[in-house]
Amino acid sequence: MYFKDGFKDEVAIIGMGCSKFGERWGVGLEDLIIEAAYEAFEDAGVGAKDIKVAYFANTSAPNNCSGTPVADALKMHGIPITRNENWCTAGHIALIDACVAVKSGMCDIAMAIGAEKLKDKGSGGLGVGRGLNPVRETRRDAPGSFALIAQAYFRKYGLTYEQGKTMLAKISVKNHLNGSLSPKAHFQNIITLEQVMNAPIISTPLGLYDCCGTSDGASAVIVTRADLAKNFRDDPIYVKGFGISTDMITPHYRSRNFDWTSFESLRSCAKMAYDMAGIKDPRKELDLAEVHDCFSVTEMLIYEDFGFCERGTAYKDIEEGFFERTGGLPVNVDGGLKCFGHPVGASGIRMTYEIYKQLQYKVDNPARQIKDVHLGLSQTFGGPPQIASCIILGNEKARLI
Amino acid sequence: MKKGIISFGAYLPYNYLSRATLGKVWGDKGGKGEKSIADVDEDSLTMAVEASMGCFRFIKREHVNSLYFASTTGPYAEKSHSALISVACDLSNSDMFAVDFMSSTKAGTNAIKAALDSAVANPGNSILVVASDMRNGYPKSKQESGFGDGAAAVVIGSGDNLLAEIDYFTSVSEEINDYWRNTDEKYTLHAEERFCDEEGYLREVKIILTKLLKETNTKITDYNKVVLVSQNSRLQVKISKKFGIKPEQLSDTLLSNVGDTGAAQGILGIVNALENSAAGDKILVVDYGNGANAMVLTVTEKIAQIKGEEQIKNYLNTREELDSYVRFLSWRDIAAAEPGGAFKLSPSTAQTWREQNINLRLHGSFCNNCGATSYPISRVCDNCGALDNYEAVRLSDQVCKLYTFSVDMYAGRSDAPVIIQAVAEAPNQAHIYTVLTNCKSDDVKFDMDLELTFRKMHELGNFPNYFWKFRPLRRKRV
Repeated sequence: MYFKDGFKDEVAIIGMGCSKFGERWGVGLEDLIIEAAYEAFEDAGVGAKDIKVAYFANTSAPNNCSGTPVADALKMHGIPITRNENWCTAGHIALIDACVAVKSGMCDIAMAIGAEKLKDKGSGGLGVGRGLNPVRETRRDAPGSFALIAQAYFRKYGLTYEQGKTMLAKISVKNHLNGSLSPKAHFQNIITLEQVMNAPIISTPLGLYDCCGTSDGASAVIVTRADLAKNFRDDPIYVKGFGISTDMITPHYRSRNFDWTSFESLRSCAKMAYDMAGIKDPRKELDLAEVHDCFSVTEMLIYEDFGFCERGTAYKDIEEGFFERTGGLPVNVDGGLKCFGHPVGASGIRMTYEIYKQLQYKVDNPARQIKDVHLGLSQTFGGPPQIASCIILGNEKARLI
Repeated sequence: MKKGIISFGAYLPYNYLSRATLGKVWGDKGGKGEKSIADVDEDSLTMAVEASMGCFRFIKREHVNSLYFASTTGPYAEKSHSALISVACDLSNSDMFAVDFMSSTKAGTNAIKAALDSAVANPGNSILVVASDMRNGYPKSKQESGFGDGAAAVVIGSGDNLLAEIDYFTSVSEEINDYWRNTDEKYTLHAEERFCDEEGYLREVKIILTKLLKETNTKITDYNKVVLVSQNSRLQVKISKKFGIKPEQLSDTLLSNVGDTGAAQGILGIVNALENSAAGDKILVVDYGNGANAMVLTVTEKIAQIKGEEQIKNYLNTREELDSYVRFLSWRDIAAAEPGGAFKLSPSTAQTWREQNINLRLHGSFCNNCGATSYPISRVCDNCGALDNYEAVRLSDQVCKLYTFSVDMYAGRSDAPVIIQAVAEAPNQAHIYTVLTNCKSDDVKFDMDLELTFRKMHELGNFPNYFWKFRPLRRKRV
């Protein structure tokens, strides 16, 4: 039990920014930071000098850069700025740190910013969270590790390879259809089931379109105390709860009570957030979600571990379009990592940006605006499955279940 | 005192190239048979571990207190190979004399001689002698076609537990440049072929055979089998004619379907002879390389226990032809492909040393409190949380069942692009994650039996980094 005196509705988001995601050869890490931060400043009606503490999410800049890329780009010198490199969840964790700073009374206005220049690294494809054991992890990569989930899942629930692969392909088709309506997405192309099924295999059963791209991008968020929020804007978005859970670096070695179809970090992270937000039935209560679709199979896994559907039934819901934009619980309405790519530290706040804009009915392309939204969740999953994080937002302060 | 061979093992790589394929590549007829090829993740050291593992069928690890490694192609010019092999074999450090016999092609039988002397001088000593080689000939040369990669091992000791007694051993030495390789050179060089044959091999083998028959007062017809190490079968035929060795006496040193395995050929020949012999058989062995060694073996009734356990036949029956000569050249760094491998995780020498029990001995932990076994060693039990209350357990002998997998086209090298990611469960329920090697993608099945094989993962940090991989059963049988 976290925050026994309550956390819900005590912190509000008053401004957010998100850069264009893509192969941004012509801009550097600091340019991306400026692009996202200045949109957030303008959105909140504040300036850099108003920020009293900042949290920087980044995994690929040289290791000892600390918070200086943010301080230097925005000339925010002289305040606490720390960097976290918690892989794919770094953005969420920076945002959560900002929320906790405000809630604790440390200051009134805090910022979190995630930025990543993956295209400066000189290689395509996504890296993977690394542990302390180089020789044992020599050939451990992200697609090859997440693919282990798929094979185990197909087997457990009696899906043939073809059935399982088709199920996953539908997730990619859905996300690309959504992404076609996202001006800031890296990929905005609609793809067909046939294209996904016939694409080159990366790591069985995952093909090219089951894997997200490598992109550059940045996203920023400014939070304040809920009771101050309306001084900044009429439609602040309230933080209902959050979750963070760390698992082991290589569940590959875990045997007892672990079969690769469900992950402790996801379950614990979901429970922590749902408990804080008072959510009992996420499938019914949530109006939309942005979840970690680094690979199609990851999104499927999260449906089940986050209680969007019963165990072993993701197949049915995918078939029936439950997670499509017009379905019962739209997931990855902006196209997800599949379309934005995954500039690791930036992703968590970018996903939260979509929830924020949806809850304000201010999505940049009205064609993907969901009607009648109140409660949304964004979520990242690093690993697999070392760490999971999420945040739940609402557009009404006292929305009770 | 009875002295001789207590146990033995062999190893032949999964890959081979047919000599017809080699001929086709170069536009000539090519030879007969096959050339055995170490995989991209194998070297003389890993193959030596494989062959040594076969020895623990007939002797317990605790009883082995010396390890002699023989090769002309060890990965290190300076540093002990035998110390590393003994650790990979999970032998004791505290009672271990580990020695390398390098650079002579008869290093394998040289090491047997040293082991015999040690066994006689120190009754109760058991010496694991393992020979392994993977030499290169120039592309298109006779040597390239003739050489093969492989390893074999014997445990030498004294007492009544012998599979074969070694009754006699004799040697001659000769200074000659017939075949040689200079330090840091990739290819074996040679003198004019007629000089090599006449003044090298044929001369020395005639001398040693004449000497042995005279000193032991025996005739060639007294021997059921003759193991004649040679660069090619033509020379074996010449010696056979000269000494009256009948074709049925001449034991196969695997020149045809493996190749000239260099320092390993002598012991590989002995193992092949033993795997096809009966109690009471007399075996004459001749090894060559700057002089010659010869020895006489008498097979004991204990040989019966290897029935059904023949390793060479099993390894030959579980091979695959490599689909590409160019791939072979790239693996040998002769025609390097574009460097691959996105995951450059440089090792630390201190960490490599500190974690050798986990990574080289493949030790997991058995929790004394709750009975759960985990890999790697877990100081805090993953199951019950007990701190430092465990026994180290060796997992390298275990046959595991494939739990989940993926055929990964992204994680490999450019010249070995397919990586099968695998998690498998040991009988003690420990889960091990590593790469599944020597298996076609289409043959991967849930629950398939897998054994562990010692492999080179990469050479980052400027030294070879070793760990274990899975493969379908070749050494073990279930």
